[in-house]
Amino acid sequence: MILRPATLALLLISLVVTGFSLTAAFHAMGIYERWDPTSGSEDQLDLEKKTSLISSIISYLFPLELLSLALFLFTAEELHPLFTGAMCAAGTLAVNAFGYPALLLKVVNALCAGVWLIINHLDTRAYDSPLIRLKYLFLTLMIPLLLLECFLLFSYFSGVKPDVITSCCGSLFSHDSPTLSGDLTSLPAGLMQAVFFTSMVLTTGSGIIFLRTGRHGRFFSVAAAVTFPVAIASIISFIGLYFYEMPSHHCPFCLLQKEYYYIGYGLYALLFIGAVTGISAGVINSFPPTHSLSNTVPETGSYLTRVAILCYLLFTLITVIEMTISPLRLSYF
Amino acid sequence: MITTRERHRNILDFALSSLGRRAGRNLSLLTMYCLLIFVLASLLFFVSALKREAARLLEDAPDLVVQRLVAGRQDLIPENYGAGIAAIRGVAHVEPRLWGYYFDSWNGANYTVIASDKPTVKDGIAAIGSGVARSRKIHAGELFPLRSPGTEPLLLEVGAIFPGTSDLMAADLIILTPSDFHTLFNFPQGKFTDLAVTVTNRKELPMVAAKIAALYADSRPILKSEIQRTYQSIFDWRGGMILLVLLSAVLSFIIFAWDRATGLSAEERKEIGILKSIGWDTSDVLLLKFWEGCAISLPAFLCGVIAAYCHVFFFSAPFFSPVLKGWSILYPQFQLVPVVDISQLLVLFFFTVVPYITATIIPNWRTATMDPDAAMRS
Amino acid sequence: MITLNNVTKTYSLSKPGEYTAVHDVTVELPARQITVFKGPSGSGKTSLLTLIGCMVRPTSGRIHLHGMAEQFPFQKDESAPLEITGLPERFLTTIRRTTFGFIFQQCNLITGISVLENVMLPAYTTGERLSKVRERALLLLEQFAVVRHAHRRVDLLSGGEAQRVAIARALINNPTILIADEPTAHLDSKLSHEFMEIVFRLKQEGKTVLIASHDPIVTDSVQRDRVVELRDGVICEQGSNR
Repeated sequence: MILRPATLALLLISLVVTGFSLTAAFHAMGIYERWDPTSGSEDQLDLEKKTSLISSIISYLFPLELLSLALFLFTAEELHPLFTGAMCAAGTLAVNAFGYPALLLKVVNALCAGVWLIINHLDTRAYDSPLIRLKYLFLTLMIPLLLLECFLLFSYFSGVKPDVITSCCGSLFSHDSPTLSGDLTSLPAGLMQAVFFTSMVLTTGSGIIFLRTGRHGRFFSVAAAVTFPVAIASIISFIGLYFYEMPSHHCPFCLLQKEYYYIGYGLYALLFIGAVTGISAGVINSFPPTHSLSNTVPETGSYLTRVAILCYLLFTLITVIEMTISPLRLSYF
Repeated sequence: MITTRERHRNILDFALSSLGRRAGRNLSLLTMYCLLIFVLASLLFFVSALKREAARLLEDAPDLVVQRLVAGRQDLIPENYGAGIAAIRGVAHVEPRLWGYYFDSWNGANYTVIASDKPTVKDGIAAIGSGVARSRKIHAGELFPLRSPGTEPLLLEVGAIFPGTSDLMAADLIILTPSDFHTLFNFPQGKFTDLAVTVTNRKELPMVAAKIAALYADSRPILKSEIQRTYQSIFDWRGGMILLVLLSAVLSFIIFAWDRATGLSAEERKEIGILKSIGWDTSDVLLLKFWEGCAISLPAFLCGVIAAYCHVFFFSAPFFSPVLKGWSILYPQFQLVPVVDISQLLVLFFFTVVPYITATIIPNWRTATMDPDAAMRS
Repeated sequence: MITLNNVTKTYSLSKPGEYTAVHDVTVELPARQITVFKGPSGSGKTSLLTLIGCMVRPTSGRIHLHGMAEQFPFQKDESAPLEITGLPERFLTTIRRTTFGFIFQQCNLITGISVLENVMLPAYTTGERLSKVRERALLLLEQFAVVRHAHRRVDLLSGGEAQRVAIARALINNPTILIADEPTAHLDSKLSHEFMEIVFRLKQEGKTVLIASHDPIVTDSVQRDRVVELRDGVICEQGSNR
């Protein structure tokens, strides 16, 4: 177990978020059974009060979930000197079997939390709460993931033991401790570049079409969702190499280090915001049209679309600039 | 967007003027809060400064040190080990080292004694650290005696004194020649404390270390990176222990804040009722409580952190040093180099300000959701 | 105009202690008139006012505000009168704070802050600039002859002054409907007459005024246009002056 303020904070956030989500899911039962906005019964009034409490608590907690993703990366990065052979967060996460699953789940949960926040925002702005069942259903579906994340985080941090000198001998040489591999397997750079730029063009293109004509929103949303993993694979496959100026250093985490001006946080934030807004734009566009949403949906939708396009374009721009100014040239032959 | 901003500004405005009404109570809360932040922040600053100091101190240490173990205890290493190790491919140089500790019964301090061939020291003339000079009240050119297992004490002249402003290591040093070293401790000839090994290619360090371990079964090769790691986690561990104790303090503070807020006075409850009846929404009331929480916790956080910074870096943390350093009575004189770790501040913020604000908002919820007509029915 | 159709409000429905404060009330309240709800205490006057004033939702029945649907697009058919019965509290508050001004039995001023701040309070949450609100508040205080107390604390005001400050507070967001619950309960007869004068002036400025009272100075005053008499939550008589 590593006892650090940051790890304690991470565990606490996870516990609180999961705990409150459970409460909310429990409350959601009442929503499914008895929600009737036209009624003025005390039951309904009580339900409305509780709902607004729970929605606002969750809408304060979910941003914490997003923050904790950044904090998790940061902590993993900061801990690496404690482990033999770990050069960056990649090594820290590989210390035991729970590190990478925890990270993956945190990313998924943070994406879901982002989308939920946007649905909640729309719902509370509509006078008849048309999305209330949907948002609670979504939250209930997130519960297993949140629970699993909590479990993985605990298992990960409790299984982490720094390699320190023991009383009998230097820990390193008395027995064969395996060194941690920092590299992830990467896809061929040439192919990946083609895929990356194609998906960026498709996403931003369909986004612009969606903004202009209001059509193909679903395509844009799917494209934005797919671009997220594609871009991360691209960072591993070729974008990182230009930053590191090394043809064989495929690591998504070293970018988070000071040597690269913490550029990784910026790049991942752009991708993350792009993915959340892009997915959300499609999600809210697929809601059945109701009067109370008739103004807010197109307004919010176009705002989200613009943010998504902007983030993805910025990401691409940074990539292209780096590819041009970096002394590294990749050859594909 | 502008109206939202104005709404926040207006409510903040009201929050401030409403805090002013209970100045006495809020001031005492602020003081307590500030004190708590001060202690926590001092601890964080202190640990990170010590870590930095330790890292700095290890920068000059050799990459690889070889010790010898006998019955699980460190023992003197024979000269021929050095020759064997020097023969390993990749080893550039092996330097046998003579060093140890001297317990001074005068003042109960431990000095680090190192033998060196450098021209600053000659037989009978030693260089000492500022801590040693201070505790023995001696100056350059004066003589000072050291007890030795032989019949007569060893009399040394002070050749130079190291200025020890910010160095953990130099304060307690005594540097003398190998022959003085042998006399002082009655140290056996042909044996050394340990061996410092330099390699041509640093990437081969683990490999070389493994070869040494294989060549001499009773040897213990220690890499600098391992020592660094050990130091880091020892500081972390100590810091963590104290942090746990302090977290309980935070907890009790939160319980206090909670208690204060749940025991909403009838007056406060009535006020919320009035606000709701004249057109404030539940979220407006909660926003008011949020800003009230901020108005207490943000200044407290700021004051506490600034005070802690001064405490640690200008006054060398008089409250903590015994717990955290605790190696030698010579150390308290040194000054820590300011290091501020933003992430630590963020974590501190997260652990203090966020729970406090939560503790002020949540208990108000019940009152805030009261029906707006409550004021009319009273 | 405000219309109520079969409005019923029951507290603790199907629980011990169930009681119906307002029972099947159907009434039309014309705009720009002074309507007085008359009846003994416990007759449901206050409950009726809280229902009309968007403070609570009726258990059944419909309440409509005419001429408001455009300002608050909270329903499908924007040409129909605004129905406030099915809206959640947040939206009721949005309507309430700009449409209604409330005057309470006790003045319900917040102690410890200045008169001016008390008057400005309802406008804090609307997102309006405070400097503008302050101007308007001073104007209102001047209108009610209490501007000299603007920066004093409310604890130091006399009963009549406090009442006028409360009226100023009710008017700060420029509401179209003014609701007063037993406004003269703590005033002597001179001040009560004065209050009715003020209300009459406000009516002439175009406000709709609803007063709940059992004070004869109010219920029998010449300024009122209509009297609605309630007993046990049911309307037993209504009539107008003219």
